[in-house]
Amino acid sequence: MPSFEMHVEVTHLPGIADPAGATVERALPALGYTNVSQVHIGKTIRLVVDAADEDTARREVDEMCKRLLANPVIESYVITSTSLERA
Amino acid sequence: MTARVGVVLFPGTNCEQDVCFAVEALGGSAEILWHGDDTLKSVDAVVVPGGFAHGDYLRTGAIARFSPVMDAVSAFAAEGGPVVGICNGFQVLTEAHLLPGALQKNAGLKFVCETVEIRVETTASALTNAANVGDVLRVPINHFEGNYVCDAPTLERLRAEDRVVVRYVRNPNGSLDDIAGICNEGRNVVGLMPHPERASDPILGSADGVVLLRSLLAAAGARSLPARSS
Repeated sequence: MPSFEMHVEVTHLPGIADPAGATVERALPALGYTNVSQVHIGKTIRLVVDAADEDTARREVDEMCKRLLANPVIESYVITSTSLERA
Repeated sequence: MTARVGVVLFPGTNCEQDVCFAVEALGGSAEILWHGDDTLKSVDAVVVPGGFAHGDYLRTGAIARFSPVMDAVSAFAAEGGPVVGICNGFQVLTEAHLLPGALQKNAGLKFVCETVEIRVETTASALTNAANVGDVLRVPINHFEGNYVCDAPTLERLRAEDRVVVRYVRNPNGSLDDIAGICNEGRNVVGLMPHPERASDPILGSADGVVLLRSLLAAAGARSLPARSS
């Protein structure tokens, strides 16, 4: 069965507090970067999924996101996938 | 008959002994429920106490939901059993979909550890049946993710159905509508961020949490009575 490397990027929904992002945004000007705004810190989850095809892999990971990897009340997510060549 | 309160222990829970102590000081009996067991040992009420269940990895409460004990807690809640989630326990109950919404990081970027005032908003819940509406209680909070949030229709329902159980008098964390605690539709499942067990004796600085714990024991006691013959 083919394997797919999946990346899930989980970020806060608009309006949800992101204290880590806000702290970094306030720290960057101290290094001279005064041109930075809208800093957001989220999570990246990488996993390899064996599935019949890429669509199936994406569908399964989407289900994983809904059930565990993200909380739809406060988070959104983006899934990207890459087909892994067989060795 | 003594009300038996089960206190759930996940790896990383750290308030279970405080809850047991407070329950027993009020005449109840407390029973630790290990998260890996799928039984509630026939208790009359369940407390999901505070701490960092499963290290709070991924999100607070996200992994705890999959512990075997949570299936038993959900079944117990579905048949009307009193279930109270305190602090991390509240987060666990939202992740387990026993309560709506979520707890996001505090506004103001600070971990908050202080005694706050909360106002009882309804007495129709497993945690407030012995209190009065309008009672203001001094109870400690101790959290980083206590900022309650839900979508607008959910908030509308919570208000319309009188399901906001306690509100902060002065909002310490940005919580939506000053919400400190809510209940489910059946009013037997309650989650709140403040710790009643840490305000259960004057020597702790406040005994205002006693009325909440007494309410829980009353709800538990009602279940421990023999079934009515009719």
